[in-house]
Amino acid sequence: MSFLEVKNLEVSFNLRGKSLKALQNISFDLERGERLGIVGESGAGKSVAAFAILNLISRPGKITAGEVLLDGQDLSKLSPQEMRKIRGNKVSMIFQDPMMTLNPVFTIGTQMIECLKAHRKISKSNAVKIAIQKLKLVQIPSPEMRMNQYPHELSGGMKQRIIIAIALLMDPALIIADEPTTALDVTIQAEIMALLLDLCESNNVALILITHDLGVVSQVTQKTIVMYAGRIIEQGPTNEIINDAQHPYTQGLINALPQQTLPGEKLNQIRGSMPSLQDIPSGCSFNPRCDFVLDICTKQRPEFTQSGGCSVACHMVKAMKDAEKGHSAYE
Amino acid sequence: MIAFLINRLFQAAIVMFVISLLSFSIQDNLGDPLRELIGQSVSEADRMELREELGLNDSFLTQYFRFAGKAIQGDLGTSYFFKEPALEVILKKLPATLELVFGATVLIIVISIPVGVYSAINPSSLFSKVAMGISIIGISVPVFLTAIISIYIFSVELGWLPSFGRGVTEHVFGTWETGFFNVDGLLHLLLPCLSLASIMLPLFIRLIRAEMMEVLQSEYIKFAWAKGLSPRRIWFMHALKNTMLPVITVGGVQIGTMVAYTILTETVFQWPGMGFLFLEAVNRVDTPLIVAYLIVVGAIFVITNTIVDLIYGLVNPTVKLVGEK
Repeated sequence: MSFLEVKNLEVSFNLRGKSLKALQNISFDLERGERLGIVGESGAGKSVAAFAILNLISRPGKITAGEVLLDGQDLSKLSPQEMRKIRGNKVSMIFQDPMMTLNPVFTIGTQMIECLKAHRKISKSNAVKIAIQKLKLVQIPSPEMRMNQYPHELSGGMKQRIIIAIALLMDPALIIADEPTTALDVTIQAEIMALLLDLCESNNVALILITHDLGVVSQVTQKTIVMYAGRIIEQGPTNEIINDAQHPYTQGLINALPQQTLPGEKLNQIRGSMPSLQDIPSGCSFNPRCDFVLDICTKQRPEFTQSGGCSVACHMVKAMKDAEKGHSAYE
Repeated sequence: MIAFLINRLFQAAIVMFVISLLSFSIQDNLGDPLRELIGQSVSEADRMELREELGLNDSFLTQYFRFAGKAIQGDLGTSYFFKEPALEVILKKLPATLELVFGATVLIIVISIPVGVYSAINPSSLFSKVAMGISIIGISVPVFLTAIISIYIFSVELGWLPSFGRGVTEHVFGTWETGFFNVDGLLHLLLPCLSLASIMLPLFIRLIRAEMMEVLQSEYIKFAWAKGLSPRRIWFMHALKNTMLPVITVGGVQIGTMVAYTILTETVFQWPGMGFLFLEAVNRVDTPLIVAYLIVVGAIFVITNTIVDLIYGLVNPTVKLVGEK
């Protein structure tokens, strides 16, 4: 049994009696200390997946099917009180925009100590000690002074370090980072990412990294999930996905990296845009944007096909695999 | 803090100057004070003499500066009707009005925060829908109507509450007359306070609800949930403190406005306060009293706003009061 097993997770949003599925059929697992990247365009369902693990989907959304097993315990079935003991304790989160994540009217110290106090009986002086120790861990200069400062007195990079420190307060086994560097300066991005990677490695913390930066994914993670329109379309070891992407969508994402283009040339892009949840195309939801559409693509949803270490949901990949075996249905 | 207060004092002086100029300038347009003062039967020659004596024939500016010079020394003129210093007449009535405003403010705070917070947390609950419905009615119905209806229901039909006056009052701190320390005084306060609060209360319920709902959607609240904090701490510490920032600003202005609303409430309930006095003064063309009332109300506005700014500076760490390091 893996440390974290997500099985057939489904999240729906009820809008005026209509149920929209923001997440369908999400399954993956993660070992202790392992790092997983979830990539995809905006609207693919990456963040929903992250919040669903901690059962933090806001109304009108909710988990409608599937399981999230953490050490064998199904988080999706826990009572709110039991769930609260997991959040910020065994599993913590890092949010996208450090400018918005800290409460503007409380000091850094207050926001750190309240988290410690929520999860264990601890004296104030001990809590302060732990908080300062974690601030040192994320390389905040003069941490004692920061404890009494308000968020607006700190820079964006500094705030994200503090948020990472808050995430580490209870020595979690898993950190879910939802685009932790997107809102930061490019020069700070690499620093923060290196810090996060280092802290995860040295403390054996598992990491789910949600991002649309494939470069970061390739540097940080061992496993990758590519999402499209609320479903996983390709998943497997990161190096295989980066070096030998099978799904046309994944290929498109990789081709869109600026490094794939010579200076002065126009950047590659995937034509069209992500469909809204209200009108997801029939068959393979990527088919209107795909360069390799087969007849079957518009009619039937593709099942996962094994290709190397990866599972790929694509009719074309399946057809090619079948052809390799010499009995293609499309000959 | 002290620099802020000095700065505020300077601003207040300018505001008070403008208020005094405006209120003084309307006094010529309210009718002839002599008619009230001496009646019809005095000869024209005597009238002219009295006019000259009162300085009513001087130019506007001369009159104003004479008035301002005395006003700075605390003399806002002598009431024609009471034949007493206007300021004293008003300050005698001030406790009644302040108690009314204070009572209404307490009602607003005690009711609007819990109702607003609850209906923000449970926006689709029956309670919150009913509260929103009633609040719309409360905002739409004018104060005097609310007052008259409540008198009809609670005084005339049910006979539970007195319909006019302050009831039994006691003297505290020397001259301050209060109805707060005995049951009769409190019963007399209830209906006027409710009527006075009837516009502001629904406004605040809706304001707090709307602000709180917005705050609950914010990232820092989501982060607070992700930290595993208890709902109570998230709602009443993290969300409420941020909700109250704009509410405090609006509230400060509204307390001042309520002092003005007391004119209606005091008239309906025959409440012996400043507002009632003001209306009488207008009927009697008692211009010194009218001018003094406007200046006192202006001063109350300036003082409440300064206090609110001080409180805001304490609650919101991103705001630094002028001169603070």
